[in-house]
Amino acid sequence: MNRDISYDAVIARKKDIMKQAIGIDYDEFETGGIAFDYERMMRETGYTLQEMQEIQRETGIGNTPILELKNLTNLARQLASKGKGARIFIKDEASNPSGSFKARRAAISVYHAKKLGYKGVIAATSGNYGAGVASQAAMRGLKCIVVQECYDSRGVGQPEIIEKARKCEALGAEVVQLSVGPELFYTFLRLLEDTGYFNASLYTPFGIAGVETLGYEIAMQFREREGRDPDVVVATNAGGGNLTGTARGLIKAGALNTQIVGASVNLKGLHMASDKQFNRKSFTTGHTGFGIPFSTWPDRSDVPRSAGRPLRYLDRYVTVSQGEVFYMTEALAQIEGIERGPAGNTSLAAAFSIAQELDQEQIILVQETEYTGAGKHIQPQLTFARDNGIQIIIGNPEAEIPGENIILPEHPGLIKVKDLDLDKLRKSYINNCVDIMGNKSFSNEDIKFLAEDSKSSIEFVINTLKELGITL
Amino acid sequence: MEYVKKGDWVRIHNIVLTPDHRATQVPEDTRKVPLELWTKGFLLDGEAKIGDNVKIETYIGRTVSGKLIEINPNYEHDFGECIPELLYIGRQLRGILEGGENNE
Repeated sequence: MNRDISYDAVIARKKDIMKQAIGIDYDEFETGGIAFDYERMMRETGYTLQEMQEIQRETGIGNTPILELKNLTNLARQLASKGKGARIFIKDEASNPSGSFKARRAAISVYHAKKLGYKGVIAATSGNYGAGVASQAAMRGLKCIVVQECYDSRGVGQPEIIEKARKCEALGAEVVQLSVGPELFYTFLRLLEDTGYFNASLYTPFGIAGVETLGYEIAMQFREREGRDPDVVVATNAGGGNLTGTARGLIKAGALNTQIVGASVNLKGLHMASDKQFNRKSFTTGHTGFGIPFSTWPDRSDVPRSAGRPLRYLDRYVTVSQGEVFYMTEALAQIEGIERGPAGNTSLAAAFSIAQELDQEQIILVQETEYTGAGKHIQPQLTFARDNGIQIIIGNPEAEIPGENIILPEHPGLIKVKDLDLDKLRKSYINNCVDIMGNKSFSNEDIKFLAEDSKSSIEFVINTLKELGITL
Repeated sequence: MEYVKKGDWVRIHNIVLTPDHRATQVPEDTRKVPLELWTKGFLLDGEAKIGDNVKIETYIGRTVSGKLIEINPNYEHDFGECIPELLYIGRQLRGILEGGENNE
């Protein structure tokens, strides 16, 4: 078969390639406007919670321990005002087979791919998801390709990403590495087309629903252990799947009063597709460079409609600095005796600060950890930063400038989350619907959808649309 | 010059898109450089040397062509160098926990 493999031709075939590679006809859930039937998509293409628990149990995923961080709690109480300082807990997702919660997402995708008769799976990821998919594919006897954005034009790669490549290969996957740029998607589509493998996207209903078991487990484990649900759950937010899945799982467990907080590392000012800036960051995921664009435009992902829709579930969204997360990673090792990867500790840094706002009898949970090792550890990551001209300073993290310096807090009392204005993000999302989808007229269905999708109200959506000059 | 024979484990490199074919939304600095690709596999050609265009079979069995750049490629990432700036953290935290803020 002689297919045109030019960039434009392949991108033009995107829809057909995806349909073949996922087996979902997204058109079925469309209404013709902005709105689509999200819940029906999740229901009809996914699995029930019980089925997912069974699928994950088969490959040793889930039921990860919840650990109480008593020393960090004590520390927070010493820093907080009288009576404040919630109990801090962590769900040790690093104990999943591939070393992170991503195994949950991979489990459902790989199971589904096998069930539909695909010979292999492909995932585009520079993160822990690659190892998750490779691990699940190994267990279920499928082939696996992981496509990574890894190097800048000098051929220099982030140590964290290189470690993830090593792990994928160790688990029997082929790793295709690329230099910086969103055209990774072109290579990804070509691989899907050439191999006929399943797209184990992070953003399909399988990829998101697989995390629901995490949220559900949190509620069940806390009820058994403490007799109640946690007051606050903090989730590191990048593409939105972690937060969406966890929140949906908590809701399915009936934990309706648990506040969902998203946390991202602040990388303001760094362009994610810039060759020169690629290696000036010390976090390759869990940062605002993904967190904000994916919150305000979830459908930017590699599937037509993302199942990860963080704005639907966010009660609060905070940022922390790179220096604060590195400090907390060291703190977790030094006073809790638990060494875990830095990126997963983004939510820990946020929780340590938020705990100080809460009463002592309250409970705050950090819902994941990730494995650590060569490359994926504070020392190599800071060595890499230093080698790339980033200054490492001990001082006030407030003054950190991403891409120029990393400021380790000189005192833990300086670790303070910064709140992002959720209404601003909601408006930005609605604005993107107007701009990107080119919608000029909005039906009642669209408005209702936008209110749900941004966790706002009909009134908020109408006012925002009016501000944007849309006549209703 | 080191030669490799059929079946040896190698790393290859390819240019996916030359700078003039890069997507329009890409930032200027990225548009000046090509989109590059690396992968690994077993050499399918009879004999080759670094810099040759070769065919390989990847670990999962795909056939891919590209420029041979490494033989028995290895990983060099490690635990980095000593970062002296990190050394205060553990002692500081233990100090606060043991003695309280006032005794720090």
